[in-house]
Amino acid sequence: MNTSTDRIERKVLIKASKARVWRAVSDAGEFGDWFGVNFKGKTFEAGKHIQGKITYPGYEHLNMDVLIERIVPEQLLSWRWHPAAIDPKVDYSQEPTTLVVFELQEVDGGTLFTVVESGLDKIPLARRADVLRMNSSGWDQQMENIKKHVAKT
Amino acid sequence: MSPKRKAAAKLKPLQNCAPVFAALGDEIRLRLVAALCVGSAMSITQLTYGTEISRQAVTKHLGVLAAAGLVRDVKVGRERLWEFEPTQLDEARRTLEFIGQQWDHALAKLKFAVESNPT
Repeated sequence: MNTSTDRIERKVLIKASKARVWRAVSDAGEFGDWFGVNFKGKTFEAGKHIQGKITYPGYEHLNMDVLIERIVPEQLLSWRWHPAAIDPKVDYSQEPTTLVVFELQEVDGGTLFTVVESGLDKIPLARRADVLRMNSSGWDQQMENIKKHVAKT
Repeated sequence: MSPKRKAAAKLKPLQNCAPVFAALGDEIRLRLVAALCVGSAMSITQLTYGTEISRQAVTKHLGVLAAAGLVRDVKVGRERLWEFEPTQLDEARRTLEFIGQQWDHALAKLKFAVESNPT
């Protein structure tokens, strides 16, 4: 399915070489630094799960678990996961997953980085409400933290 | 395009709306939609509570509303609940917006991390 509610696509131009961006995406430890999860000392491997503690303030009690699907060096990395799995009491493993695909493309001035998350229509309705609750409780604060962090460096 | 076809093209969106208006053109169904519009999904028992309408009649009316895409039924455990369809669509859009914001945020951090340490 490919409806407007099923898929999210975002692009960002990064002023750096493709090799550099690839390292930030494919090196699990470095990935965790910007994504907000502790994957230190771990590696991404196609067909394997990788788990780590979320490092976002307020969500440190949560684990992130992704199943790496494909790795094409300097081009593509994809995984499956349960987006916004924010209730530690809930077993999300039986729910459908969404597919996240990162793609790198060399362009003038740097690297165009694209992320597509699809399969959102299959997330149960009750969970969608959870996602919204998460939004109101912590996200604004999170944005403020980032602004402060960037201003400091 | 001939003037006649132009007129027909103009009419099309209204034709799509016709089943919705037909479904709403009944006092009981209008009341059911009004009740479901308020918020959460409701069972037939809740929908008939305090009225003299039978469960069978409400079931039939809900069927007409569902066919027009105005309501839908969801199974919660053993119970069948009815909810206003646009609410659901709205919620889906808001969730999408939120997950999109998360990605904006993650990508901004990636960009910052890589550009501040380019080698």
